[in-house]
Amino acid sequence: MAAEEKFSPQTWPVSPEQATLEGKNKFLGFWFFLGGETVLFASLFATYLALKDSVPSPDHALAKDLFELPLVFLMTMLLLTSSLTSVFAMYHMKNYNFKKMQTWLFITVVLGLAFLACEIYEFNHYYHEFGHTFTSSAFGSAFYMLVGFHGGHVVFGLAWIIALMIRNAKRGLNLYNAPKFYLASLYWHFIDVVWVFIFTVVYLMGMVG
Amino acid sequence: MSTIAHTQKRGFAGTVWEYLTTVDHKKIAILYLIAGGLFFLIGGIEAMMIRIQLAVPNNDFVSAGLFNEIITMHGTTMIFLAAMPLLFAFMNAVMPLQIGARDVAFPFINALGFWLFFFGGLFLNLSWFLGGAPDAGWTSYASLSLASEGHGVDFYVLGLQISGFGTLMGGINFLVTIINMRAPGMTYMRMPLFTWTTFVASALILFAFPPLTVGLFMMMFDRMFGSGFFDVAAGGNTIIWEHFFWIFGHPEVYILILPAFGIFSEIFPTFARKRLFGYSSMVFATVLIGFLGFMVWAHHMFTTGLGPIANAIFAVATMAIAVPTGIKIFNWIMTIWGGKITFTVPMLYAVSFIPSFVMGGVTGVMQAAAPADYQFHDSYFIVAHFHYVIVGGVVLALLAGCHFYWPLMFGTMLSERLGKITFALFFTGFHLTFFIQHFLGLMGMPRRVWTFLPGQGLETGNLISSIGAAFMAAGVIIFLINVVNTQVKNVQVGRDPWKDGRTLEWAIPSPAPFYNFKQLPLVRGLDAFWIEKMEGKTEMTPAEPIGDIHMPNNAFAPFLISLGLFIAAFGAMYQVDDKPWAIPVLIIGMAITFGSMLYRSIKDDHGYHIHKEDLLDDADKGGTR
Repeated sequence: MAAEEKFSPQTWPVSPEQATLEGKNKFLGFWFFLGGETVLFASLFATYLALKDSVPSPDHALAKDLFELPLVFLMTMLLLTSSLTSVFAMYHMKNYNFKKMQTWLFITVVLGLAFLACEIYEFNHYYHEFGHTFTSSAFGSAFYMLVGFHGGHVVFGLAWIIALMIRNAKRGLNLYNAPKFYLASLYWHFIDVVWVFIFTVVYLMGMVG
Repeated sequence: MSTIAHTQKRGFAGTVWEYLTTVDHKKIAILYLIAGGLFFLIGGIEAMMIRIQLAVPNNDFVSAGLFNEIITMHGTTMIFLAAMPLLFAFMNAVMPLQIGARDVAFPFINALGFWLFFFGGLFLNLSWFLGGAPDAGWTSYASLSLASEGHGVDFYVLGLQISGFGTLMGGINFLVTIINMRAPGMTYMRMPLFTWTTFVASALILFAFPPLTVGLFMMMFDRMFGSGFFDVAAGGNTIIWEHFFWIFGHPEVYILILPAFGIFSEIFPTFARKRLFGYSSMVFATVLIGFLGFMVWAHHMFTTGLGPIANAIFAVATMAIAVPTGIKIFNWIMTIWGGKITFTVPMLYAVSFIPSFVMGGVTGVMQAAAPADYQFHDSYFIVAHFHYVIVGGVVLALLAGCHFYWPLMFGTMLSERLGKITFALFFTGFHLTFFIQHFLGLMGMPRRVWTFLPGQGLETGNLISSIGAAFMAAGVIIFLINVVNTQVKNVQVGRDPWKDGRTLEWAIPSPAPFYNFKQLPLVRGLDAFWIEKMEGKTEMTPAEPIGDIHMPNNAFAPFLISLGLFIAAFGAMYQVDDKPWAIPVLIIGMAITFGSMLYRSIKDDHGYHIHKEDLLDDADKGGTR
C-alpha cells in the first residue's frame, strides 16, 4: 500500500494510522514517547507536592489564597471539550472526510487557544495580585514549572495541529499524513489527561488544604 | 513514487557530507564508535591525571580546584559520553541485523539521537576552554553545585540535557525496532540475548531519563533563571535533586551493564560452540534486573537520613538484584562447561569478565547492608566497587565487542596478537588499579580527595594503583595501534569471519550492504544461522522473493536540530552575565531547532526504492554476495 495512493471512502482502510509500516512504527513509538512524558510529569508532580506552600516567609501567598475555582473550572471545560472535538476530528479522519476533520480540528485549536488565554490571564493575576512568581519562592518555582510545562505542551500541540492543517489543506488525506494527524490528536489527549491531574492535585487539593 | 539512484558523491567532502546526513544505522554505529571512542580517550586522560596526582602524598601535579574539575569530568564523560555511546554503537551495528531487519524503525530519529549526543558532549567538553569545567562531582549534588562559581556546572546541566534528549530518542527507536521490525519467524523467545538486553536497556532509558531531564531543568532554572527548587532560603529542598539524580542514576548503571551482559552472552556460545545455557532464564533475569533497577535508587542515599524503614526496604531490594545476576553468572559458566573452547581475544575478555564482575557484585551486596554502608560511604571502597562493575563489566565488554564485531562493522579483523597484548595489559592494570582501592577505602581514604598526607599508610596502595592505571593506558594505546594497523592494511575477511557465528548478523556479507538483507531471512529457531549450518546450508532460507526495497533518504535536519540547541545553550548560559548578545543567541538557536523540525514536518519524505533489477545485477556481478 503506497503512502501517497489516492483513496475513496470505500477503499480507505479501517485503521489508516496503522496501515503502513511507517504508520505502525510511529504509532508505537509515540506511545512510548508518551510513556516517557508520563514519567516526566510524574516527576514534576512529585516536586510540586514536595514544595507546595513552601515559602521563605509568611507574607507569601499560599495555594489556598491563590486559586479561584470558577476560572479553573472554565479552563478544565475548555480543554476537556477540545479533547472531545479532537475525537470527532479523528472520527472523520477514519471515515475519509477531510473537510469535517479540518473543521473539528479548527474548533479544537480555538478551544486550545481559549485555554491558553485563560492561563495567561491566571498567571498575570497571580503576579499582580499576589506577587507569586517563578522566582518568589520554591512553591512558586514548582507551581510554574508544573503548570508551565503543561502550558508549553499546549503551545506545542497547537503549533503542531495548525502546521498539519495548513500543510495538508489542499491535498486531503492519504496514508502518509493520516498517522501524523492521529499522533497529534493523541498528543492532545495526553495534554488533556495531564490537565485532569493538575486540576485535581494542584487546584482541588490546593483549595482543601 | 520518486526513485533516486543511489549516487555516491566522491572524495573526502562527499564522505563527510554522507556521514553528516546519513540515516543508515550501520554508519551511525560508526559515528557513535568514533565519537564515543574520542570521549573515552579524553576521559582516560583525565583518569591518568587523577592517578598521577594521587601517586605520591602531598603531590601538587594539579591544583585542588582543577582536581575537582578533572574528577567531575572523568565521571561524567565516561558514563554519558563514552560508555553509553559505545554501547549504542554496537546496538546500532548489530541489533537490526540480529533481528533480520533492513533498517531501524526511525532512521531519522536515530541520526537525531546521535547528533544530540554529540553536540551535548561537545558543549560539555568546551567548558575546559571557556572558563573552567564543572567541579561538583558527576552527581552534582545541588547544595554543592548551586554554590559552584563560574559556568562549569552550567556546562554540565545544559550539555547533559542535550545529550540526554539524544539518548531518549535512541532508546525509543530501539524499542520500536525490536517490536515491529523482526524478520519472519523471529519470535521474542528466539531473539539473541544482545537484542534482548538492548530491548530492556532501551525501556530503562525511556523511563529513567525523564527524571534526569526534570532534575536538570530545575538545576538550570535555579542557576540561570533565579528559581528556588533547591535553595533552602527560598523554601526549596536540596534532597529533591538527590532523589531525581538517583532515580535516573541507578537504572543508568543497568542501562550500561545489561548490553554488556548481552555482548558476553553472544561471545560465550560462539567460542564455546554451545548454545547459551538457560536461554529463557537469561531473558527472565534480564527483565527482572531491569524491573528491580527502578526500586533501589535510595541505596545511594543511605546516609542522607531517610530513616531506618526506608533504608531497610531499599537494602533488601538491592540485595534481591544479586539473584538474577547470579542466575546469569551461572548460566555463562554452564555455557562454557563442556564446550569446545577457542581462546580468541573476545573470549579472553569474556572469561576474565566473570570473576572481575563477581568481585564488583560482592562488594555491591556488602554496600547494600545499610549499617555497613555508613562506613563505606564516600570512601575509596565505593570507588573500587563501581570501577569493578563498570570497568570489569562494561569496559571489558566494550573491548571484547570491539574485537568481536570489528569484522561486522568494517569487514576487517583486528590483530589477535596485539589484541592479546592489550588484554594482558588492560586486565592486569585494571586489577592492579582498583583491587587495592578497596583497602585504601577501608583504611579511611575518602573519595574525591585531592591529596593525602604521608605516614598514614596510604602511600604504597596509591602508588600501586597509579602504576596499574599506566598499564591500562598502555593497553589502550596498543589497542589504538591495532585499530590503525588493521584499517591501513584493510584486509577484507568477508562473511562469518569467526567461522562459528550463530546469529543472523553473520549470515550476510560483512560489512553488510546498505539494505542489509536482499531477502528477509526465515528464522526457524534460536541461533538461526547455526541451525542452517547444522543442516549443511551456507545461507539463510529466504522468507520472500527478491523485490523492491524501500529505503529512507539522507537528511541534514538532525544535525541542524542539534546544532540549534547547542547554540541556544550558549545563550541560556551567558544571559546570566547580562551579555547583550546572549538572549538573541538563545532565540536564534531555538529558531534553528524548531525551524528544522517544522521543515522536517511539512516537507514530504517518502524515501526511495532500490529496484529488483538492481539487486539482481549485484548478485550477477558477484560483488556483494
